[in-house]
Amino acid sequence: MPDLLLELFSEEIPARMQRRAAEDLKKLVTDALVERGFLYEGAQAFATPRRLALTIMGLPIKGQDVREERKGPRVGSPDAAIQGFLKGAGLASLDQAKIESDPKKGEFYVAIIEKPGRATTDVLAEILPQIIKNFPWPKSMRWGAASAEAGSLRWVRPLQSILCTFGPETEDPEVVRFEVDGITSGDVTYGHRFLAPGEIRVKRFDDYVPALERAKVVLDADRRKDMILHDAKDLAFAQGLELVEDEGLLEEVAGLVEWPVVLMGSFDEAFLDIPPEVIRTTIRANQKCFVLRDPATGKLANKFLLTSNLIASDGGKTIVGGNERVVRARLSDANFFWKTDQGVKLEDRLEKLKSIVFHEKLGTQFERVERIAALAKELAPIVGADPAMAERAARLAKADLVTEMVGEFPELQGLMGRYYATLQGENPSVAAAIEEHYKPLGPSDRVPTDPVSVAVALADKIDTLVGFWAIDEKPTGSKDPYALRRAALGVIRLVLENNMKLSVSEPSFHASAMHDFAKYLRTRSDELSDMETIAEKMGSEELEAFAEKLAGGTKAIVLDDAREAFGNRGLVADLLSFFADRLKVYLRDQGARHDLIDAVFALEGQDDLLMVVRRVEALGRFLDTEDGANLLAGYRRAANILRIEEKKDGRTYNEAPDLQIVNDQGQIEEKALAVVLHQAREEAAAAVANEDFEGAMRALSRLRQPVDAFFDKVTVNAEDPALRANRLRLLNSIREATRTVADFSRIEG
Amino acid sequence: MTSEPAHMNPARSFQGLILTLQRYWAEQGCVILQPYDMEMGAGTFHPATTLRALGPKPWRAAYVQPSRRPKDGRYGENPNRLQHYYQFQVILKPNPPNLQELYLGSLKAIGIDTSLHDIRFVEDDWESPTLGAWGLGWECWCDGMEVSQFTYFQQVAGFECSPVAGELTYGLERLAMYLQGVESIYDLNFNGQDGDRKVTYGDVFLQAEQEYSRHNFEYADTEMLFRHFRDAEAACRKYLEAGEPKDGSNDSRHLMALPAYDQCIKASHMFNLLDARGVISVTERQSYILRVRELAKACGAAWLKTEGGGVAA
Repeated sequence: MPDLLLELFSEEIPARMQRRAAEDLKKLVTDALVERGFLYEGAQAFATPRRLALTIMGLPIKGQDVREERKGPRVGSPDAAIQGFLKGAGLASLDQAKIESDPKKGEFYVAIIEKPGRATTDVLAEILPQIIKNFPWPKSMRWGAASAEAGSLRWVRPLQSILCTFGPETEDPEVVRFEVDGITSGDVTYGHRFLAPGEIRVKRFDDYVPALERAKVVLDADRRKDMILHDAKDLAFAQGLELVEDEGLLEEVAGLVEWPVVLMGSFDEAFLDIPPEVIRTTIRANQKCFVLRDPATGKLANKFLLTSNLIASDGGKTIVGGNERVVRARLSDANFFWKTDQGVKLEDRLEKLKSIVFHEKLGTQFERVERIAALAKELAPIVGADPAMAERAARLAKADLVTEMVGEFPELQGLMGRYYATLQGENPSVAAAIEEHYKPLGPSDRVPTDPVSVAVALADKIDTLVGFWAIDEKPTGSKDPYALRRAALGVIRLVLENNMKLSVSEPSFHASAMHDFAKYLRTRSDELSDMETIAEKMGSEELEAFAEKLAGGTKAIVLDDAREAFGNRGLVADLLSFFADRLKVYLRDQGARHDLIDAVFALEGQDDLLMVVRRVEALGRFLDTEDGANLLAGYRRAANILRIEEKKDGRTYNEAPDLQIVNDQGQIEEKALAVVLHQAREEAAAAVANEDFEGAMRALSRLRQPVDAFFDKVTVNAEDPALRANRLRLLNSIREATRTVADFSRIEG
Repeated sequence: MTSEPAHMNPARSFQGLILTLQRYWAEQGCVILQPYDMEMGAGTFHPATTLRALGPKPWRAAYVQPSRRPKDGRYGENPNRLQHYYQFQVILKPNPPNLQELYLGSLKAIGIDTSLHDIRFVEDDWESPTLGAWGLGWECWCDGMEVSQFTYFQQVAGFECSPVAGELTYGLERLAMYLQGVESIYDLNFNGQDGDRKVTYGDVFLQAEQEYSRHNFEYADTEMLFRHFRDAEAACRKYLEAGEPKDGSNDSRHLMALPAYDQCIKASHMFNLLDARGVISVTERQSYILRVRELAKACGAAWLKTEGGGVAA
């Protein structure tokens, strides 16, 4: 079976786009072939900085022949109908049509249309230009003289040439001929830009790969990665060092070279006084180099590894020298930032946060810090932190945003704050909280455990969530530009993994108060100063004091003042359902049954995340017992009967059963049920109040036997209407009793 | 190549580097222009790039442009940062298909041997919010150091480039530092001479860096700068309006795109100075950038109605 080889050779493709582009190319071409009935045995796609390549193995040489019979008009139909039929079927005259007959229709014409399968090369020549023209690059461009015309080809960078061959292994393949915007396909490619820039003629994939290797191009990105990693480890080992592995960097670097050559450079040991994260970030971000550590001490070494794209004639001495110069300059800068930043205390940087807009509608970072500090202080006792420390940590948490270092390397935010806080003698918990308040950054990131960190981390996230909720910037579908889902998951993990009892609605309510208060100040400050003048004229001291307070220069937020006037319960309720959704996702990932989560959330006021989880767990265990399963069955039977009868009667039976009727007219099973229901319900409610969900389940399990007996012996639809109504109320009591732990109607299975 | 005198060698002479690049690009058919006689933040602002990148007419030019970035001043104390430095700018419209090879040729001309040096094209998308311009391209690395910007202009002044121009910008001081092997800009040999006749970059510019840093950060008259910004903005609009083709005239050309654009350049520089003085808040910053962009767009629109912009005389 023949194989296809396609190579799109261009100017340097951004490293971050290569892997995806190769996958897209494979999918687009194979999909287009399959859609046209061309099946294949296998396909592989590759990318280097200068080429995308695709090989598809085992394609047929041509498509399948298709035979179609098309029914035409009756024999003797008007000429117009006959002509239409001939034209539609592509026949020259009626001689080419068959005549068939049918008892209903009589004699009529039939055209046999035979379509021979098209040559695969023809089909490829048709689909490939379209795929190239519409290729889904994240960003594409026009270029050259052709770009003077509208609709000229767009590619990620100028496309230089196209190689496309098709044929069986045993024969010389043929070039699939097509043209895209003046570029004609052929069987020629080029080697490494500097090491072997000449033309290479290619027959098929089997000789393409070795020919490229000879021309110093390693086609497969994973092989380039292996080469880099292997050489890097060897070089490190030879120096008694260990590579600090970095998958993201490795992937990027492999996309910057066609022939990787790893070289080692060094820098002045004095630079090792700079925090290791800074050294690593500097060298990684700016130079795309790896750093090394001493395996004995775990400390960074004054060495780095660069990946060049060249087998240099001097063995790489010049390249290493050049890179060392740049690394030296970069580390000098970093050292300068590190030293300069230490000259200003974190608290003295807060003023500068006034000039950093957090979000146009949510004010500056300064205002945000005010809110987070107030909230962290409020949360502190709940999470077991010292309020003053939580407030201090929150106040300093964003100060590093205006340091030189974070200005240069935003990814070091938090970490630098911690370093500077430690250097200025802050309490270790405060310093740690400055770094950790951003955490957890995702489902696998570590959750802070120090109570001060937890308080600030919660305050930061709740403030963010409430803020964006207040301006109606909620996540929709796949769009979540402010990472609010991550923030909510962060709150959930902070609470659950620290086993904390916390009603998320309270701090959310506080946060909403502060947001609205701040917004009020921003939008109404002119008005307020007017109010002050009026009050002055009126001689109203109280009014004046109030206006002054609201319009006051610091905008410092006093939670107690703001809360009652500005808190927004509606917003909090809405946010709470978002938390519920995120909690469901979280619990599902942990293996909990989604229906049990729904059953618990269906109860009112479930805003204590830890309690929700405990309740779900207890419910799950209960339903696994025989008592639980039977009670669920009993509940369903009760609910079904009620649903039917309530519908029939057009009324509900929500009232408490009349115990007098039970006593006077009821059967023994009915009496037993009434008694146990009463007890079980009280016990379950009391247990829930004590957060003893196992106890609540145990209480409910006592219902099982009397419920079973009731259904066994008692006819609900008694002839006496009063008795019947009372029995239905009794069923309703079963439903009500189960609601003390969950909404059983949501339980599946 | 004819043998150059030693003092013209780009590896030891800053001016030798400039002259070599000029000669190289002259060979490629570029007009070698002199710096534009106005203060600007980058060589891209030169009308030979901004305006000439618009419209259908072919254009090839190369020039040195002194670039002023008031905020980057360091009082002459940082060996790598200047508030006034030189860019070597090349613009080729439409970009020839072998522009990358031409660029590599220019590196060879200034003594960068590609069998010794690791040259890389690393993704870098260029955008100038003030000019309403963007393009795709790379930063060009030599042994890990960014030595040039390589951009295929896609849009300038809010207009699609048709055809696309290729733009190369060489950071001359940085390149020269590498070629000369010095660690401080101020140690660069400017004229390639030795002994008494040697003039360094510091001899020429150190005092200026100190004085202008003082000016940019501490003393620049902000009231005057705000006024000049407003004046330039108003003048730009005025000239644009006055240059519009007259009703009823059969000449549909705009008559004053270039003088109007000068005022746009001026407004942009006034903004940069005000920004360095720290008197523009974050929120205002955006609106100032937007105001300059509006001018640039209007100038681009006017330019497209001139002969240079492709309108027949």
